[in-house]
Amino acid sequence: MMTTAAMTGSDTDTAWVLPSRGRVAMFGLIAAESAIFTIFVVAYLFYVGKSLTGPLPGQVLHPPIFLSICLLSSSLTIHFALTALRSFRLSAFVAWWAATIALGAIFMGGTVREWHHLIYDEGLTIRTNLFGTTYYSLVGLHAFHVTAGLVGLSIVLLLALGRHVSQAHTERLDVLSLYWHFVDTVWVVVFTVVYVIGR
Amino acid sequence: MTTASITWEVSDVAPRSLVERLHEWVTTVDHKRLGVLYIVYALVFLLIGGIEATIMRIQLVAPHNDFVSPQVFNRMFTMHGTTMIFFVAMPLVFGFANYLVPLMIGARDMAFPRLNAFSFWLSAFSGLLLYFSFLGGSGLYGAGDAPDVGWFAYAPLTAQTFSPGHSTDYWTLSLLVSGFGSIGTAINILTTILCMRCPGMTLGRMPLFAWLNLTMAGLVILAVSPLSAAQIMLLVDRYLGGHFFDTQAGGSAVLWMHFFWVFGHPEVYVLVIPAFAAVSEIIPVFSRKPIFGYPVMVAATVSIGFIAMSVWAHHMFTVGMSSAGNTFFVLSTMAIAVPTGIKIFNWLATMWGGKIQFATPMLFCIGFLFQFLIAGLTGIMLSVAPFDWQLGNSYFVVAHFHYVIVGAILFALFGGFYYWFPKFSGRMYRERLGKLHFWLFVIGFHLTFDCMHVPGLLGMPRRIYTYEPGRGWDTWNLLVTIGVVFQGLGTFVFLGNLVWSYFKGDTAGSDPWDAWTLEWSTDSPPPAYNFALLPAVKSRRPLWDLKHPEDPDWKYEQ
Repeated sequence: MMTTAAMTGSDTDTAWVLPSRGRVAMFGLIAAESAIFTIFVVAYLFYVGKSLTGPLPGQVLHPPIFLSICLLSSSLTIHFALTALRSFRLSAFVAWWAATIALGAIFMGGTVREWHHLIYDEGLTIRTNLFGTTYYSLVGLHAFHVTAGLVGLSIVLLLALGRHVSQAHTERLDVLSLYWHFVDTVWVVVFTVVYVIGR
Repeated sequence: MTTASITWEVSDVAPRSLVERLHEWVTTVDHKRLGVLYIVYALVFLLIGGIEATIMRIQLVAPHNDFVSPQVFNRMFTMHGTTMIFFVAMPLVFGFANYLVPLMIGARDMAFPRLNAFSFWLSAFSGLLLYFSFLGGSGLYGAGDAPDVGWFAYAPLTAQTFSPGHSTDYWTLSLLVSGFGSIGTAINILTTILCMRCPGMTLGRMPLFAWLNLTMAGLVILAVSPLSAAQIMLLVDRYLGGHFFDTQAGGSAVLWMHFFWVFGHPEVYVLVIPAFAAVSEIIPVFSRKPIFGYPVMVAATVSIGFIAMSVWAHHMFTVGMSSAGNTFFVLSTMAIAVPTGIKIFNWLATMWGGKIQFATPMLFCIGFLFQFLIAGLTGIMLSVAPFDWQLGNSYFVVAHFHYVIVGAILFALFGGFYYWFPKFSGRMYRERLGKLHFWLFVIGFHLTFDCMHVPGLLGMPRRIYTYEPGRGWDTWNLLVTIGVVFQGLGTFVFLGNLVWSYFKGDTAGSDPWDAWTLEWSTDSPPPAYNFALLPAVKSRRPLWDLKHPEDPDWKYEQ
């Protein structure tokens, strides 16, 4: 009978380096999420102009420029946070990280206001027409991802405030930041589709 | 080994109680145990799905039969299709990948063991959720039972208006949950293969099994996600009053078809590529030759993966697409036959000139080769749009895709069962019973699915509850049903063989087939840690190098 010991011993002269598990898995998740968003975007584009009744996007939608700037800036702040962590500047890390959460929260607050306005002032709900169905689904799916990201970021912030985050965690936080960059990138697509093409 | 052998004092360890052992299985994160759980779970559903098929075949055995009511018949074909794809084929594929991929690449476990367990239990509970519909499907409206909308659940049949009660909700929720489980496992397999290989195991030295499962994982990520998205839309329609597929409010039923088949067709390749994976391991070992054209096999697999994403609408020729759309999907469907043909020739070239041993795993692989070829040929026929207009939604189509799923995928996985059973259990199966299973299944399969083509050509549509006598369909349907008896017997011989051999079979040893991949270098069944020392490899056949130090592969491989 052979033993596993016999398998080793061959010379491995060159260093054996494999990609990071966290990054590969996050890219896998991002690929899956991209496929999900693609289907929702296709549905949105397919139904542009096919609503049988109002209100229509041109009448009620206003591009949320300020909110978009907030969300996209949060990609920069999270990048600064990780740069700070890599160079052992913990308090700068916490500050940039908190700024990221604040920017994300402003974005979500803006979405809440927009939806409140659409529902109570304009009378547009998910069952009003095809525009309502596709709009709330696509923007809502993105908002759900922002919320999930905010939960993750907040957990890290709490841990950091309790002094449990150190430079050793850079790789993990890098993975989390990949997700956040993805959520921001998706917003560029959603913004283009909903507020530029769809209007 | 310097540290000879460590033996534990077994005498002072009390035998663990049944509850403890069950608890271990429920809480396990070991890839081998989860693999076994996937496989056992799939076999249970294989029996259930088989019973549903049998009920349909009894109903159709003769014209004007009324063995079951039309309503029950609709539930049976819906549950049969959904069960066989999502709760038999997918778990089988994942079970084999889970068990074997880490062993083959010389890893101690999957990249994310807890995600692995989580994904399995998602799949397990989604199966229970689907079958709970038999009890809970009536909901508050007192209408409906198990889902009866067909396994692709075309809109607007799934709208609240046409599908009241909760049966369709069980269908869509169950597929959503199982989809999340599948995506989790796919990400896990992908990460394991890319990040957990043992030293020396470059991508070019990985066993084909790992390469093919890598492709499968990528396809699952890209194909199952659209299905999940479509299920979310259906839930929005059914629960929140949305209009995605609501034709009364301008929604489109055809959009659902596109979304479903964007999943549905790559899904076929998700299932068949792991079947190819098993065949690519078995044929070389039982031909006593290395695989022919390894780089071409990898290239063909990956190109199948790419082309698979662009053929979905050949399921929709009868819907009436533009001629540009028809042409594109005719050509892309024909194009996918090219890499698939390359693979068939490579397997044949592997056998050519080899010392072929006709053990049960090899018999199933040879059956696979013949049947997959015929399945591919009827596939080419159906890829021609005008031919499809004539035969779309007929029994010819049913015969074609069962030829793929049973004749190719199930045969290859049966071969895989026999090949790796000694590794899984540490025991040899009974060769005579294995051969009996093979012949019963070959006879039953060909009786059922060869004969099924003919009533399709004669105009018998799929999913009909019963038919008029005198259309030339009667005898063929009788023969089809007789074939079921043989397949059922074969399945029981198979299960009996597994159970009997598990308890009473001869000890297998670590390498009963004199094979060449890493899983055969460790004990059977492997210990929880797989390898006491992580192996290091220098070629595609590390065990060949070990057994033949005078003539190792790494001297010749590029």
